[in-house]
Amino acid sequence: MNEYTKPLPDLSGANGEFYGFCRAGELRFQKCEECGSWRHVPRELCADCGSWDWSWEASSGRGVVFSWTVVERALHPAFVDDIPYAVVIVEMEEGVRLLSTVVDVDSADLRIGLPVEVFFDAMTEEVSLPRFRRLSG
Amino acid sequence: MSSEACIVGIGETDYCRKPGSGLSQLGLQLKAATNAIHDAGITSSEVDGIMPFPNLGRAEEFAANLGCSNLRYAATIHMGGAAPAASLGAAAAAVDAGLAHYVLLPAGWNGYSGARARQKVAEDVSSIPGGAIARDFYLPHGFTAPPQWYAIMARRHMHEYGTTAEQLGAIAVAMRNHAQRNPGAVMNGRPLTLEDYLASPMLADPYRVFDCCLETDGAAAVVVTSAERARDLPGRPIRILASACGQPYPADEITNRKDIFQTGLTIAAPEAFGRAGVKPDDADFAMIYDCFTFELLQQLEEVGFCQRGEGGAFVEGGRIDLGGALPVNTHGGLLSDAHVLGMSHIVEAVKQLRAECGERQIEGAELGVVTGWGDFGDGSIAILAR
Repeated sequence: MNEYTKPLPDLSGANGEFYGFCRAGELRFQKCEECGSWRHVPRELCADCGSWDWSWEASSGRGVVFSWTVVERALHPAFVDDIPYAVVIVEMEEGVRLLSTVVDVDSADLRIGLPVEVFFDAMTEEVSLPRFRRLSG
Repeated sequence: MSSEACIVGIGETDYCRKPGSGLSQLGLQLKAATNAIHDAGITSSEVDGIMPFPNLGRAEEFAANLGCSNLRYAATIHMGGAAPAASLGAAAAAVDAGLAHYVLLPAGWNGYSGARARQKVAEDVSSIPGGAIARDFYLPHGFTAPPQWYAIMARRHMHEYGTTAEQLGAIAVAMRNHAQRNPGAVMNGRPLTLEDYLASPMLADPYRVFDCCLETDGAAAVVVTSAERARDLPGRPIRILASACGQPYPADEITNRKDIFQTGLTIAAPEAFGRAGVKPDDADFAMIYDCFTFELLQQLEEVGFCQRGEGGAFVEGGRIDLGGALPVNTHGGLLSDAHVLGMSHIVEAVKQLRAECGERQIEGAELGVVTGWGDFGDGSIAILAR
């Protein structure tokens, strides 16, 4: 197996916990235990109500494309062989948005509002990225 | 309350791509700085305040090289390309408060012959706010560079307001047309048509190559002092009526903004116009930080030259061209003059207000607006008047 050369997340702290769930096949976001608001990316406290109490709660894994681009010229050497690739912002059913990639949609079919669902793509033994594909059914 | 501070000196180096400046990043900025100090009619030893551009130099090394032996005020506003216009406000406050008499604002880099901006982000994500966020949530997905970050905002604007590729192209063409009247512009002698624009390769949909700023070598600098001191200097002082800056929320993460089009400028512009006591309609020109075509369009909206969603129609029909109702970036901007991190936009505004722009001079220019855009949408604005 070739050595993985693309950028990887740091696995320490709350960001690392997020990826720990991904590795186990779960998409979880922080949810405030006081006011119930969901948040992403991980933060120390709730910016809405100021509470420090939160827990990792499971997402439905479903959302819609909020915006997108198709990268046709790699601006990072590690992605040269991937072009073209579709980067999307997915608005999850919980309301938070996640930056990711969509894998099975032709760029001509990519549109804002397209329903998608998460899957987990193992990049290395330690890191699985949450990616999206068209919602089935 | 409007400021009494003035810009009294401007300086630039040549702007170029191949073969490169031949100077170090510091040397390039020192050259622009000495030109600005000379233009102001003061000596380096009188410069007692320095505001370096973020991550491009330290006040200590500027002072040591220039001979500023009485440095009293050194500060950097960490807003990327929004720093120069924001620094004008901080410099004005400093001289108004007596913290310094003459504040130097340098900016410049070997953006062509040295490390490219895209490399810096990829190699050192701590160079941008939310560095750990970009490292952990953007870069692994190949979302690695500014044209990609901003393309995703442009796409959303197209979806909500019907903004078109032709409208983005109108901006690229207008900037290129202006460069044809600026002998120092890197794209002088290389005109661009809308057809050329639409045929250019896609980089990150909807951004084509010609939606993107140039990568160039060059530096620019300005000197700010009080109105009282400016009266004793040889040149025509240009007043900084007001300068303000702001951040989107959250500033360190692009995707989870409730209002995806709210930038720092959304907050800064009304504040600056309020303090200056003028309206967007009073401006004879605008120098808008044009890192990409859509960012120029979006800033026109957030400054208040038009309503949000109307930017596409606003840039059509020659309105932003020389001779139009609101000439924008008469030097050609980052898209067609050179990428001098926003400082050349301030220099061009001063030249227009001094009536030193030759064949691109706006007749009777008395009041102009300069903006800055940096990082993930930090914004700044300065309102200048003769």
